[in-house]
Amino acid sequence: MGNTTVKVWAVLLAALGLGVFAHKLINIGLPLSPDQNAEVWTVQARISFSGGGGPAKLSFYIPAVTPGLSRLDEDFISSSFGLAVDKQEDNRKAEWAVRRAKGQQTLYYRISVTESDQSPNWSSKPRFPSVPEYEEPYASAIKAITEDVRSESADVQSYVRELLEQLNSLQPNENIELIRDRANNQKQWLEEIINVLKGARIPARALWGITLSDAANNANLQPLLQVHNGRQWLTFDPITGYIGMPKNFLSWRVGNDPLYTVEGGGPAEVVFSVSKNYRELVDIARKNAKANESVIAGFSLLSLPLQNQNVYRLLIMVPIGALVVVFFRTFIGLKTFGTFMPVLIALAFRETQLLWGIALFVMIVAIGLMLRFYLERMRLLLVPRLTSILVIVVILMIIISIITNELGVDHALSVALFPIVILAMTIERMSITWEENGQKEAMLQGLGSLIVACVGFLVMTNESLMYLMFVFPELLFVVLALSLMMGRYTGYRLLELRRFRAMVVEKNKP
Amino acid sequence: MKWFATPSELRARGVMGLNQRNSDYIMRYNPRHLYPLVDDKLYTKRLALEKGIAVPPLYAVISTQHDTAKVDHIVAAHQEFVMKPSHGSGGNGILVIDGRLGNHYRKANGDLVSSAAIGHHASNIVSGMYSLGGASDEALIEYRVQFDPFFSHISYQGVPDIRVIVFRGVPVAAMVRLPTRASDGKANLHQGAMGIGIDLATGISKGGVCHNVEISRHPDTGYETTGITIPHWDEIMRLAIRCADIVGLGYLGVDIVMDRDKGPLMLELNARPGLNVQIANQMGLLDNLSKVERIKDLPEDVEERLVMAKVA
Repeated sequence: MGNTTVKVWAVLLAALGLGVFAHKLINIGLPLSPDQNAEVWTVQARISFSGGGGPAKLSFYIPAVTPGLSRLDEDFISSSFGLAVDKQEDNRKAEWAVRRAKGQQTLYYRISVTESDQSPNWSSKPRFPSVPEYEEPYASAIKAITEDVRSESADVQSYVRELLEQLNSLQPNENIELIRDRANNQKQWLEEIINVLKGARIPARALWGITLSDAANNANLQPLLQVHNGRQWLTFDPITGYIGMPKNFLSWRVGNDPLYTVEGGGPAEVVFSVSKNYRELVDIARKNAKANESVIAGFSLLSLPLQNQNVYRLLIMVPIGALVVVFFRTFIGLKTFGTFMPVLIALAFRETQLLWGIALFVMIVAIGLMLRFYLERMRLLLVPRLTSILVIVVILMIIISIITNELGVDHALSVALFPIVILAMTIERMSITWEENGQKEAMLQGLGSLIVACVGFLVMTNESLMYLMFVFPELLFVVLALSLMMGRYTGYRLLELRRFRAMVVEKNKP
Repeated sequence: MKWFATPSELRARGVMGLNQRNSDYIMRYNPRHLYPLVDDKLYTKRLALEKGIAVPPLYAVISTQHDTAKVDHIVAAHQEFVMKPSHGSGGNGILVIDGRLGNHYRKANGDLVSSAAIGHHASNIVSGMYSLGGASDEALIEYRVQFDPFFSHISYQGVPDIRVIVFRGVPVAAMVRLPTRASDGKANLHQGAMGIGIDLATGISKGGVCHNVEISRHPDTGYETTGITIPHWDEIMRLAIRCADIVGLGYLGVDIVMDRDKGPLMLELNARPGLNVQIANQMGLLDNLSKVERIKDLPEDVEERLVMAKVA
């Protein structure tokens, strides 16, 4: 096909992409850049269980009181189930029921919240608990601890704070050891603390909530400790003793009852996902969902379930990374391992951040390469050799993680997520190039890959670009048009201007 | 020397870049399915022998591990020979034996090796140590080229060869590649070999280039390399043209060596020849390429195309 065909296609695709983009921008009024002040978090709980064939009932705690955050919107997605929301004192419960539930049942609960200082606080007034009958030897241990704490505190707040400090002390005495041994997880630990507080007749309870981050699939509810000082509920971190609500903490429910109960079905599984959006978008998405008049606006990534949204946030940037590779190869002339290896390396950098990523990458590839040359001497077949490299890479990563952890470096822990296959493939490619084209060529290609990966990483993690691509996925047509055009570029590469520089000297001679 | 040339300067000299080579020549004139013809040296050689193209005679092929043990027997009739992988690249895995001493073989650099070591080398080749991606391979045992004494002054060890770029069956550029100490006996310009451009009409060498710097003497031997006439030039050109005809690739690099007794021999073919020939010639390829591209009906006759190449 000639140049003209390619150009026509490129123009058509670019026009399509930019047309839809302009329509969304002008007619629907989607903003070009995010308003940083109006962040909205959407939290989704996906509950699935298998029905037994008969009637099934599922009750599930949903957020009621959310200090620091105000509720914009909430959705219950539950095909054939009937829904009732039961408001209790400081909790709310969604009750889903169906006459016949057969096979896998999936229900969604979705809530959108935004930061606000006007949202109400907990208003319930608990009764003072009666002192429980502790059994020995705990009774004397608790007695010793509470007396010790009482002597060093003035009111409920300082009492709880002192108690938490003692219970979490780095040099615990034997009384504390005894209590600590009874708790195996966060939930039990909190129950132990509440139990000890009962001894001092201080009303206490667990507060479960979720920390709002940019985007997370498989988030978890975290417990905090709440005590009532006679006027209001005070919130403590049960480990650090920190008083007050943490920032961006969505409180989900209070108490230690099970999060959900199922009648007439197998055990349920709950998965929480969090994603950060911008207020306008949520408003628009909501309006569209109601009106559904514009097909184009309805065709949006924002209408997908949250887990998928989070995946597409990443996936939609991959073509941009590939575009960076094309640019570097056809316009600059940098040599890289394979075509899209740099994109994969850039994706791996997301887990570690850039500088750490480069350091770890260079370190693991260098060590791996040395060992690879030793393996070469054993003359292994291709696939077993690759497998051996993979094993070596995993071992290296474990060692690096342990060493850096000992040194107290946080970042390196995420090396565990550093995609090992990418590293193993890089080592293999590099050593083949090393043997076939020499050390210089291998180094050049390795360096080229690293440079392209760095630029790719910076482009792919650019906030504005991520927003633009996510809200206007039709821009992918423009990306496609660009890559078609680049594919027909037959001019010089930048590095060729240097390579062939010897050819223009002669002309300057007299 | 400047750090960079400008695109207009290069265009004025007709320099072709890799992007243009790939999209306007290789993708257009070299059908993918013909690549195996040149990537498999054994296949190329058999094809050449069948069509009567001069190549270093093939003595034997070792294609199984079992045969590698019998290498002594296989080469019994030959004092000198070359063993190389059929799918090798960049001159790796080539073993040159130039004589015998008792039970031992003498390598080109004078080292003595045992027959077990020769068998081991063959075994490495067959197991795919030198082939791309480690796929199993075949070891070719062939005639050792007797270098034309013509090149002895201007070459440091290794094999000097002549690279001819043939486009649609018409030679468009040629260069001699001379191994240097820096290139470790390899005739690869990337690794520091010296490239000398050759005037297609006369076969007379132009100035040379080594490591991207213009020079007129061999960096190791110090002998003048400009203005020498390559012997059997017309025969070299004819050989290149006929090679292009048998494989059917429109844009081809033909590597030719000069043998003292047998004259020019085709060593290997390349479906993606590099662009260094432009530097060696101090002249871009584009002028000649577009001249040839404009001709609608190219003559079948080799002699007519030879004349065409010389006039262009």
